[in-house]
Amino acid sequence: MESISIIGMVSIITAGVTIAVGSIAPAIGEGKALAQALLAIAQQPDEIPTITRTLFVGLAMVESTAIYCFVVALILIFANPFWNYVIQV
Amino acid sequence: MEINIDQIVYWEWEFIKLNATLVYSWAVMVVLVSVSWFVSRDLTEGTGISRKQALIESLVVVIQKQIEETTQEKTDRYLPFIGTLFLFILVSNLISVIPGVYSPTASLSTTAALAISVFVAVPIFGITSRGVKSYFHNYVKPTPLMLPFNIIGELSRTLALAVRLFGNIMSGSLIVAILLSLSPLFFPVVMQAFGLLIGVIQAYVFAILALVYIASASRIHNTEETDSTEIINPQSK
Repeated sequence: MESISIIGMVSIITAGVTIAVGSIAPAIGEGKALAQALLAIAQQPDEIPTITRTLFVGLAMVESTAIYCFVVALILIFANPFWNYVIQV
Repeated sequence: MEINIDQIVYWEWEFIKLNATLVYSWAVMVVLVSVSWFVSRDLTEGTGISRKQALIESLVVVIQKQIEETTQEKTDRYLPFIGTLFLFILVSNLISVIPGVYSPTASLSTTAALAISVFVAVPIFGITSRGVKSYFHNYVKPTPLMLPFNIIGELSRTLALAVRLFGNIMSGSLIVAILLSLSPLFFPVVMQAFGLLIGVIQAYVFAILALVYIASASRIHNTEETDSTEIINPQSK
């Protein structure tokens, strides 16, 4: 197999694996955080503003790991430096 | 479909390029400045305030209250910087619902610039409130062994701040662009509305994280007491 097809194949497969693995872990983490927050709200309804604010910030921080994986997958597909190099040569 | 809106060039002269990022961030600046000027040129006190003044005042009060609740201190020091960050990012995120307009935060250059301004603001606020010695002493806590990790933490959280905002906003517009080719009738509208929510939340998160970083660097009595306001340990990201 020539290098151009190897690079294309590996990039696409790796992008798929990246986004797959990178969405499983944050999903579990966000689910746990949300469950705990709901539990806390059920126990202390007075603290809803604080809990919600902390929950949103925390969810955004957890989600950023998924976003990093998404950015890496996008770089692999649309802005792959190796692919550009092979195309040029 | 554009991945990188820096590459949309409107006008070019030798090495000076006017790309979409620049044009639309200038547009956001013009909107913000002109609205503020228009509202604040005839401010009044008392109960008989005009409607536009009430609108802006309520916005400022909300930001002020959020800052107060997060830092647990009564101070107006953070309001100009954090408020400006929040409003700029908010308007930049929401501007993309206008057809043909790209939000400047969908470019890594804008978000990196915003993150760097936070990176610079942290020592400035810290040194002005605690003094040079006390601020830099924070880096060798608990032991001098932790110095490189503290520095790496400072740098990596700046990177995380930039990439988080960029990734969220860019992915929103990208998903809409992809869906447009798959099911052009109804579904992109839903995702566009979802993008509005994401835009507001990300502007809020960026401002709150910047505030947490600044407040934790400028807290004067940095004792061992665990502070409930510290939502995220600033060294961990």
